Amino acid sequence: MKHIETLNTRDMAESLENGGCGECQTSCQSACKTSCGIANQKCEKADKN
Amino acid sequence: MIHQYKMNGYNIVLDTYSGSVHVVDDLAYDAIALLDAGRSPEEAGEILRSGIAQKAASGHTEGLPKESDVDDVLSDIAELTAAGKLFSKDIFEPHAFDFKKRGTVVKALCLHVAHTCNLSCAYCFAAQGRFHGKAGLMSFETGKRALDFLVENSGTRHNLEVDFFGGEPLMNFGVCKELVTYARSIEKERNKNFRFTLTTNGIGITDEVIEWANRECYNVVLSLDGRQEVNDRFRKDIEGNGSYSRIVPNFQKFVRARGDRNYYIRGTFTHYNPDFTKDLFHMADDLGFTQLSMEPVVAKQGDPVALTPDDLKIVCEQYEILAKDMLRREKEGHPITFYHYMLDLTGGPCVYKRISGCGSGTEYMAVTPWGDLYPCHQFVGDEKYKLGDIWHGVTNTALRDEFKLCNVYARPDCADCWARLYCSGGCAANALHATGDIHGIYEAGCEVFRKRIECAVMMKAAEAEMAKHPEA
Repeated sequence: MKHIETLNTRDMAESLENGGCGECQTSCQSACKTSCGIANQKCEKADKN
Repeated sequence: MIHQYKMNGYNIVLDTYSGSVHVVDDLAYDAIALLDAGRSPEEAGEILRSGIAQKAASGHTEGLPKESDVDDVLSDIAELTAAGKLFSKDIFEPHAFDFKKRGTVVKALCLHVAHTCNLSCAYCFAAQGRFHGKAGLMSFETGKRALDFLVENSGTRHNLEVDFFGGEPLMNFGVCKELVTYARSIEKERNKNFRFTLTTNGIGITDEVIEWANRECYNVVLSLDGRQEVNDRFRKDIEGNGSYSRIVPNFQKFVRARGDRNYYIRGTFTHYNPDFTKDLFHMADDLGFTQLSMEPVVAKQGDPVALTPDDLKIVCEQYEILAKDMLRREKEGHPITFYHYMLDLTGGPCVYKRISGCGSGTEYMAVTPWGDLYPCHQFVGDEKYKLGDIWHGVTNTALRDEFKLCNVYARPDCADCWARLYCSGGCAANALHATGDIHGIYEAGCEVFRKRIECAVMMKAAEAEMAKHPEA
């Protein structure tokens, strides 16, 4: 596309089928301890989509 | 739902429910805005063509798209919409309300091994480590029972997180060591992997602590507020002496010995230093740290340390300064990381994580030195929020269920927020402190959060461009 570049992102609808294993880190346990943000948590599912 | 913004020369369009990120030119940016405002593609096309014609007639032809580009843009938008990457619908809401029916497993504990501290920081949300209660240290027996409680309640989860927290956990270092030894002795037979973290103010760091933490701790969080005058304003010892000159050499030694393992130099900024990038750059340029985290102070409005509405404007500018400077450092080959900018667009959280909230009170709990359970470290000391204890488990199941449903869909204020699947509804403790209700929102925190996401995504757009044109 000449006018729009779409960055690669995880397909949210697909993750509805394949996600939810719960092995990922707890949101604020890792560093901040005072604000919630889940966007910077890594997925730990080996065969994630 | 979409969100559009311009930053650092990039026009960015975020599609909330698909998680898609689009970097677009001016024509596409305007077209998407028109469609989002309810115009039909035909109407949008007409408005855009008319705008191009008007500019051409007034002689503004430089960089002006051709009228034929309008059809291309509208066709691209239609294609992305059909592919579910633009103007995508919310298909996740029913799943958020299924959560109450789901079983609950515990996968992380914040272990308050010491409700006492060797610093006396005036802004401490933990009230100088005592959490508004009595001082005390966790015994090995209590800690061991907490680890057993975690294993017993973790179902099939393999990775279990335990943070040594306080107060100052190194004031009970012996018990921390014993607990790690115990955990390592049971993890194989129980098919678990314990990930320990240590959050410390740095006063008690010794060679033995460094060797132990670098061997056993998955992450360490080292508290430093930045410039000496900023750090020493609040981070003082009991006699009132600033801690900077004692902790900085300890942290530098710790980090040097840590090699490539994770750590965060973690600061707090307040009303007195909303220009917090100066503190981050001091950490990076003068002290040599590269993995950084900086958080707004947790304080009631009216408290002298609390950030004011005027401060928030400065803070938002600071986040943008930071993002641009981090890109410069990346280009120059000496990058730094900032916790809130560590977005992983392709390998980030699944939608279950994004709609289920932070996990406080369900997957994550805090344990006091006496074995009481609270939804998280920020609720410790507030008896109304006691969930139970590590011997009898969660006995206040109504409270646990309230937290289980405390997700982004349970907060009416989040309904129209484009960032709802990036924050998952925000921090329950911040909401409680700001509104008196865990289902509320801490609006100032939301504003800061949205700005951070905008900056982090802009960095991804810039990095994608750098990857395509490394010579630029």
